[in-house]
Amino acid sequence: MSPRAVAQPARPTRGWAALGLWLLPLLFLLIFYFTPLLSILRLAGEALLREGPSPGLWGRLQRPLAFTLWQAGLSTLLTLLVGLPGAYLFGRFTFPGKGILRVLTTLPFILPTVVVAAGFNALIGPRGWFNVLLMQGLGLSEPPIRLMHSLGAILLAHVFYNTTIVLRVVGSAWAQLDPRLEQAARVLGASPWRALWEVTLPLLRPAILAATLLVFLFDFTSFGVILLLGGPRFATLEVEIYLQALQMLNLPLAGLLSVVQLGCTLIFLWLYQRIAAQVSVPIAPRVHGEGLHPPRTFAERTFVGVMLTVLIVLLLLPMAALPLRSVARLEAARGERGTVTPGFTLDYYRELFINRRGSYFYVPPIQAARNSLLYAGATMGLALGLGGLTTAAMTRLRRPPRWLDILLMLPLGTSAVTLGLGFIVVFNRPPLIARDFPLMIPIAHTLVALPFVVRTLQPALVAIPVNLRQAAAVLGASPWRVWWEVDFPIVLRAVIVAAVFAFTASLGEFGATMFLVRPEYPTVPVAIYRFISQPGALNYGQALAMSTILMILCGLGVAVIERLRLPGLPQTW
Amino acid sequence: MRTLFSRLTILLMVLILTLAACAPATPTAPTAPPVATATTAVTALVEPTTAPVASPTPAAPTELRLMTHDSFAASEEVIAEFERQYNVKLVILPSGDTGAMLSQAILTKSAPLADVLYGVDNTFLSRALQEDLFEPYPSPLLTNIPSEFILDPQHRVLPVDYGDVCINYDKRYFAERNLPVPQSLEDLLKPEYKGLLVVENPATSSPGLAFLMATIAHFGDPGYLDFWKGLRENGVVVVNDWETAYYTNFSGSSGKGPQPMVVSYGSSPPAEVIFAEQPLDEAPTASIVAPDTCFRQIEFVGILKGTSKRALAEKWVDYMLDRRFQEDMPLQMFVFPVNRQAQLPEAFVKYAQIPEKPATLDPALIAEKREAWIQAWTDTVLR
Repeated sequence: MSPRAVAQPARPTRGWAALGLWLLPLLFLLIFYFTPLLSILRLAGEALLREGPSPGLWGRLQRPLAFTLWQAGLSTLLTLLVGLPGAYLFGRFTFPGKGILRVLTTLPFILPTVVVAAGFNALIGPRGWFNVLLMQGLGLSEPPIRLMHSLGAILLAHVFYNTTIVLRVVGSAWAQLDPRLEQAARVLGASPWRALWEVTLPLLRPAILAATLLVFLFDFTSFGVILLLGGPRFATLEVEIYLQALQMLNLPLAGLLSVVQLGCTLIFLWLYQRIAAQVSVPIAPRVHGEGLHPPRTFAERTFVGVMLTVLIVLLLLPMAALPLRSVARLEAARGERGTVTPGFTLDYYRELFINRRGSYFYVPPIQAARNSLLYAGATMGLALGLGGLTTAAMTRLRRPPRWLDILLMLPLGTSAVTLGLGFIVVFNRPPLIARDFPLMIPIAHTLVALPFVVRTLQPALVAIPVNLRQAAAVLGASPWRVWWEVDFPIVLRAVIVAAVFAFTASLGEFGATMFLVRPEYPTVPVAIYRFISQPGALNYGQALAMSTILMILCGLGVAVIERLRLPGLPQTW
Repeated sequence: MRTLFSRLTILLMVLILTLAACAPATPTAPTAPPVATATTAVTALVEPTTAPVASPTPAAPTELRLMTHDSFAASEEVIAEFERQYNVKLVILPSGDTGAMLSQAILTKSAPLADVLYGVDNTFLSRALQEDLFEPYPSPLLTNIPSEFILDPQHRVLPVDYGDVCINYDKRYFAERNLPVPQSLEDLLKPEYKGLLVVENPATSSPGLAFLMATIAHFGDPGYLDFWKGLRENGVVVVNDWETAYYTNFSGSSGKGPQPMVVSYGSSPPAEVIFAEQPLDEAPTASIVAPDTCFRQIEFVGILKGTSKRALAEKWVDYMLDRRFQEDMPLQMFVFPVNRQAQLPEAFVKYAQIPEKPATLDPALIAEKREAWIQAWTDTVLR
């Protein structure tokens, strides 16, 4: 019996019923994704026809394309290298502080790149802590670590930003895995490695593939990291699109680059579909968390210790620089600043509440926080609603058409600049003016969040054993009731992971927001940029204070979402 | 099972509530005061009833839309005064940096997003004029503005402010080492300044482009490329944006980076004093204002073609050129007023240095060569 046959629902709904579920998500994509995208590509195409291709066009496409693929592949590999052992750590072990660590590891996802660049500089820059310590310790005259503005900085930042995807997606699947399968393999004489290689990893394949795809797409369309941490020597397609569209005002080239980027995304998604199509072994979840245990043997303790250190150094240290610096007053470093007393200060936070210059654009931090939370909450609702409909439809079809899945993922591979310009061009007249419609920002964020939600929910739904659904149906439950009482409780963990992603994706998003932001309702990232784009110690301090507030907001939000889990289950996965 | 469902209901309710909490903001948004300090959606709901819309006496304020870049800033009071005087609701649309703003204006010129556009500078000017975005308006206030700032004789765009992009240096670094401060662009090639300068990429940053223009104005084309070749050999550090250059690389800012010289603005030293953590008697940084080392950026305002509110748009342009707004600008946007009658704030008089002979280039030449210059610069410095 092929695994594929097992995965199929026994009572496939007629096609039109499933299409009914599809309707809303499809309509959403049609209006808010395809219309703006195609309108910009049409404008670019017209300009291209009018002006003709410029000389050396191929070279201008090829160079960023090659670099984009190279860095995305490398970054994804490194992220998996850190993320998979991390997922094992979260999926199989209990240790003190696990809940907090899980929340903290999601924080990198939301931080604005400008602030992360400052954090990295404080850590590994030429005058960062590591270099200063090494120079003093080893008596060197030159800083030994020279990572800033190199490929290394890009890779490091990508691992920093995206490891949480692997931790969450694979970690939750790992915790869901029935440990008896692995135990059976061990009893039959398999070494731990063999059990991992031949039992656990194949079972985790859908989750690993989904995480890999998401990480790769994020690295593939990387923008801020390349621009700020990589520096001017590196340009991905996304950076090149931004340059051509907004700096050179060369729309034809920007359009062409967007098409190349979209084309590549389509190819990845198609490849992914080919690989992912062969998987899915349904596993009945028994008692949740039964595979979890504290590290027992020496090897396990070492693993947990090493992995914790790696995660703390890679993910938490660069972040720690921000809150630390936001409450630290600089020592009197220069002669002119004689009166500055070193030590602890809350001045930057206090200053956030004062509109000292009576500025029209002043935002009280509470209001910015409220705006950000409202947008994030709305995004979460929209993305879960649409994503839920989509995945429900997919599992109900005997053979879900591939293009539908690809369609949903496409926004992740689309340039934010192209889409943002499209919004401005299309939603420019009544009934819908982008700038006047407050739901526009959550809608834009939902386009980013939706692929996450679907990718997270779908493997979980597919893994539900058919016999449970059959039993419910035999006992007289309607398809809705089956979904509500069988599917949903089982996928709740995945729902929580999806909700966390939608929430954080919205909190940290800045690219599309730039085209839609309304000065009356600025978000926290917008406020951070307002501070850091002007000189002065107070502005810098307030930007860091605001970033710390963003981290706290995100941490609290994620913690609350995770609390809403099923009763009677351990708080761990 | 019951507890399970109560939990699920809570989850759903939270979702619905978050959506609902957002929804009330929807209808009120266009009319809500821009600086509403409302902390709950409920107060947001209450606000429109107190707005003039509901009261029968005065006519509802007309909406005037101003498209601008993200660096636009003004005092609340100054904006409110204009709104009261003309019974206007000014809707400000920050639209990214200058380039982003301009490409949005060009893409939507058949159905403009706004009535007035502020923020085009002399490096983008010709492109904006070529695209035919503006209607001419010879404001009576132009008489108070020196002719050197009036770059469009048809007055499709009118100058509002100017600022000089100059090299800032960390005073303490140079004082401690008894190192003389460079006095010309050529000085930057000397070995004692090796690795001490950070500049922004002209392809991504407006001060970076301005500094490139300064070198082109001084060395000519293609002479500037030799200068940049020399700078590259002398270890110039290039980053993509002003924020990174200033806060991550520059040693004179609170970021305490490794380079004691940065391409920034002539108004950055007063900003360091005004935004100090604790009161300072002296700016920690200063600008190099020797002849030809700075590039002058002039920013313009223009009435967008196709506006239905021409009369009101003219009033706003006049308001921007008049003393009240002009005197508010320095401390809000850290730029200098073009109106001769405007008084500078004390901190500006004390700490800002205005170069006597800044570099300038013909906007038409900039429009023609801009992309070629940036490409040649990229090939010389980055590849």
